[in-house]
Amino acid sequence: MEGNVVLKMRNIHKIFPGVHALQGVDFTLRKGEIHALMGENGAGKSTLIKVLTGVYGKEDGEIFLDGTEGAVAIHSPQDAQNMGISTVYQEITLCPNLTVAENMFIARTKGAVQNWKKMNADTDRILESLQIPARASQQLGTCSLAVQQMIAIARAVDMECKVLILDEPTSSLDEQEVEKLFKLMRDLRAKGVGIIFVTHFLEQVYEVCDRITVMRDGKLVGEYEIEKLPRVQLVSKMLGKEVDDLSDIKSEVKTFDAGKDAVPVLEAEGLVSNAGIKPFDFHINKGEVNGFTGLLGSGRSECVRAIFGADRVTGGKVRMGGRDVKIAKPLDAMKNGIAYLPEDRKVDGIVGDLSVRDNIILAQQVLKGFFKPFSRAEANKVADEYIKLLNIKTASKDTPIKSLSGGNQQKVILARWLFTHPEYLILDEPTRGIDVGTKVDIQKLVLKLASEGMSVTFISSELDEMLRTCSRLIVMRDRKAVGELTGDDLNQGTVMSTIAGGDK
Amino acid sequence: MAKTDKNNASAGKGLGAKLMGMTDTNLLLTITVIVFFLMYIGAVVFLRAGFLKPQTFFLLLNSNAALIILACGMSLVMITGGIDISVGGVTALVSMCCAVYLDYKGGNVFGAVLIALAIGLAFGAFQGFMVAYLDIQPFIVTLAGMFFAKGMTTVVNSSPFNVANEAFVALKTTRINVPGLGSVNKKGIYVPAYVEIGVLIAILVVIVMFALLRWTKMGRNFYAVGGNKQSALMLGINVKRTKFLSHLICGLLAGIGGFIYFLHVGSGSPSNAAGAEMDAIASSIIGGTMLTGGVGNVVGTFFGVLSLSTIQNIVSSIGFDEAWWTGITKAAMLCLFLVVQSVVMSVRKKRNATN
Amino acid sequence: MANSENARTSSAGFLKNLVRNQCFIPIAALLLLAVFNLIADPSFFRITLGYNSAGNPVLSGFIIDIINNGSELAILAIGMTLVTAASGGQDISVGAAIAIAGSVILRVLCGGNARPETLQAPIIVAFLVACVVAMLFGAFNGILVAYFKIQPMIATLILYTAGRSIAAWINNNELPVISDPKFAYFGGFIPGIPIPTPCFIAVACMIVIGIVLKMTNLRLYTQAVGINQSSSKLNGLNPELIKVLAFVILGLCVAVAGLIKVSRVSSINYSVIAKDIEMDAILAVALGGNALSGGKFNMTASIIGAFVIQCLTTTLYKFGVSSTALPAYKAVVVILLVVVSAPTVREYLNKITQKMKLSKEVA
Repeated sequence: MEGNVVLKMRNIHKIFPGVHALQGVDFTLRKGEIHALMGENGAGKSTLIKVLTGVYGKEDGEIFLDGTEGAVAIHSPQDAQNMGISTVYQEITLCPNLTVAENMFIARTKGAVQNWKKMNADTDRILESLQIPARASQQLGTCSLAVQQMIAIARAVDMECKVLILDEPTSSLDEQEVEKLFKLMRDLRAKGVGIIFVTHFLEQVYEVCDRITVMRDGKLVGEYEIEKLPRVQLVSKMLGKEVDDLSDIKSEVKTFDAGKDAVPVLEAEGLVSNAGIKPFDFHINKGEVNGFTGLLGSGRSECVRAIFGADRVTGGKVRMGGRDVKIAKPLDAMKNGIAYLPEDRKVDGIVGDLSVRDNIILAQQVLKGFFKPFSRAEANKVADEYIKLLNIKTASKDTPIKSLSGGNQQKVILARWLFTHPEYLILDEPTRGIDVGTKVDIQKLVLKLASEGMSVTFISSELDEMLRTCSRLIVMRDRKAVGELTGDDLNQGTVMSTIAGGDK
Repeated sequence: MAKTDKNNASAGKGLGAKLMGMTDTNLLLTITVIVFFLMYIGAVVFLRAGFLKPQTFFLLLNSNAALIILACGMSLVMITGGIDISVGGVTALVSMCCAVYLDYKGGNVFGAVLIALAIGLAFGAFQGFMVAYLDIQPFIVTLAGMFFAKGMTTVVNSSPFNVANEAFVALKTTRINVPGLGSVNKKGIYVPAYVEIGVLIAILVVIVMFALLRWTKMGRNFYAVGGNKQSALMLGINVKRTKFLSHLICGLLAGIGGFIYFLHVGSGSPSNAAGAEMDAIASSIIGGTMLTGGVGNVVGTFFGVLSLSTIQNIVSSIGFDEAWWTGITKAAMLCLFLVVQSVVMSVRKKRNATN
Repeated sequence: MANSENARTSSAGFLKNLVRNQCFIPIAALLLLAVFNLIADPSFFRITLGYNSAGNPVLSGFIIDIINNGSELAILAIGMTLVTAASGGQDISVGAAIAIAGSVILRVLCGGNARPETLQAPIIVAFLVACVVAMLFGAFNGILVAYFKIQPMIATLILYTAGRSIAAWINNNELPVISDPKFAYFGGFIPGIPIPTPCFIAVACMIVIGIVLKMTNLRLYTQAVGINQSSSKLNGLNPELIKVLAFVILGLCVAVAGLIKVSRVSSINYSVIAKDIEMDAILAVALGGNALSGGKFNMTASIIGAFVIQCLTTTLYKFGVSSTALPAYKAVVVILLVVVSAPTVREYLNKITQKMKLSKEVA
């Protein structure tokens, strides 16, 4: 293998039932580089990585590793680990019932006997050096998600690896933790480790990466040096067309004008739930788009969940259209014309084995009642209508939703709620983990719905997305609403400083 | 983040906080052990009757030695996230085969032990293969295993009979005296407290299984697979082999338990060990093993078996001695523990969520 | 893909669809058993019209036996399918619950007297009381599963352990015998009608569940809850209530099956009545190709599955297998079936056939 190449994948093919997921993909990783693997959802990034780490077998193709003659055979994650490939997956792949130390060392050390003392000591040392707030003997399940993700990263980094794969590791981390991770990555790069970095955050790519490989529809688009590929071009390569949708949206005028004739749709006073947020006040007007912003875990999701009755509401008053209403469970909220697209699509959104059609009609069906099912014909009509309206890419309306790509699943969930014709739509992270094209579609849709008179609350981790869509931002810090920004205050700087807190 | 750290540090004080800091396994184990001792001490203090004599406790061990072994295997499979409901059937089959071998075929005890182990291992290996490598639900596979074992028992010999093989009877009646814990009977003669051979084997099994689960890599792999199969795979554990091993060991223990059961009752019968699988599952649960996998401890299982039979003793000694009270008591005990576990775990979950 | 190739594969596609249909495995198993019996002994299919001891015309024959004895199983399979779908687990207490329901019926009919001259209450009252009791026990299981979040198999283990004891307790461990011939109609024959009554009861249950599934959202709701509980909650469903509902429906099925069971013998044996029927009912659901981990279900396939099990039982009896050895043979069949339908095995077979195709094309 030539010079400084540490990993080479040639002509990789992977076929799932009905889908040719990887069609002759090549990938090259050099020593001491951070290599971004980019592409829309369904482009085949995760599949490529899972082939590399032995989770999936491959139909065709070869993998070469530095230091090994000829192609290597990787049949299981254990093989990959033994060959010096360590991985942090998008979902946290640790065991919640074991201690932190066990998760760090399981399936890594030789010998048949478990040396708890040494393991705990080693773990505490690693945790301390990375400043992860956890103890070695603590059960992993009692740590927060972000800490768990950091432990997964610590485990991967601690292994003597040649190749480190980070598959969207940052989605549950806050900014400081991301910084910590980037520092780690730079240190490892200096030591000559090749790093594959998969992420949806363009900013992060341009902050740490040296090189970018772009994939689309299971094929390789190309490999580029980071300096030679400006953002706009990267996006257009990922989408496969020359578009400038991002600037498109910016030019769109925000339609909402907070004038005197604003009609409040929902007003909440001292609302508090059992999810650990402080009581908060909130209101939204007809045709307005507002948002909750703050760091992950600041309580922004919990606020909207309280409004929707998804957590148990323990106090406060809600008025809709001037009347007092009682929202104790999601059904109450739905009956009052509220719709809620939840943060975690897989866990709270899709009903995986059910068809796209059933997923679309579900909420409206529940509203209609147990004894009044939609006829097959009605359901089909509705499904067709929304598949067309939202441009959902699915083989048919009978396809189980779980076999759709992330972005299309999200559109189905959106269709489900639009079909209930809500007055007030809550979108919690509708664009997380989905491709750029769909992101733009959803942002445009939000503005369109608002212009038609719907009220929308929009939550996103990406600040510029919020700034583009919202006319009012409620800022959350430590589970408390700490500020409200409108008009000229809606800029990156002010929002950031409000999130961080002014009293430093 | 710094805040969580501080919370954890301050959580070190107070008993409640200490309990919250335990792993799930240790917390449930603690509850089980405490409940057992409270129950037994309560029985000694309030009922006196038989409970004062150490031999009452040893009788408990003698009659439950086989169940302890079976329940250890069951706990192992449950920790790995599976279930094995064939253990009762295997026990019946083992005792019948050994009985026929000893009495009708003129076999020796050593051969009988080998037969028991072979039957157990065969069931374990086959079921393990089906569950681990063909990915069939353990419930269905071991259900079939139970049917097969029970059916085969009657095919081997359909009527119950007592074994008269001399060497076997000698072994069966061997009593190991426990020094210093005897009692004086009505005639004034000192009767030493004793245990049967099976009890020694059972305690050995508990110790070996405890060591295996606690101090070996393989043991920890069982917990990992039970905790999250997908994660365990990604972490580089051979999930299939781990599952296979759990069923294999459970099968082996069913073989050993079957022989100990046979040694205790001394007969072969199709109705032997009826419902033993359910007793084993119940004991495991009372001992703090969760069917969802990843949580459990064989020491807890040991106390689970003892708790289950102690409560039956207590109930019958306070006058509820009609046949049906046994079933109802067991069920009530199981119900109580399930509800307590469920409440404790959900409180912990909430605590973690707000942390 | 080329058009000509499409045309060529359309017949193969039809076959593939047929194989993929969930009813394929139970029907294929049924056919296999039928063919086996046809070859081994065609008299299996003979149905004769005779007269029973009371002088009523009755049909008899192995086929009638299967349909007759399979009735309880089919009725239980209905409830078990719903419970499996909604809770992702199985109720192993149905046998014990049948004992309770049967015991309640006898207790009400006898009014505490073990050998009553006349019925102490109308049969319909006894049956309704049994329904209420069985549904309450169903609700008990359901509440443990839904609200206390205990795995169904374990939660129902409680009733499994206690059920037969409770049944014995209800009648003070006596074995009441009902002498009124009317009571025997439900498990036997109604004078003048040569078809066994349980068949009618089973068909009625199937029609009722068919109508319920058609006219209500029971299917969508149970499936949604079984597949993704937290998502269905956010869609306004009450997952706990739906799970309890599934268990209550199973309780109703148990009461019906209990009536048939006690009516067959006009008495009860607490430790033997409906023994191991929970295993058969679960197998019926599994044979129907329903995932035992919950979610999507196919009611028809489950019911066919129930009759496959009964057909197997009857076939084995016919070949002189003793009732105690029966489980061993059943186990072998079950293992064969699950191995054939296991996804990994199917995938492996698919790969082999694909490879064969490829090598053919190359040639």
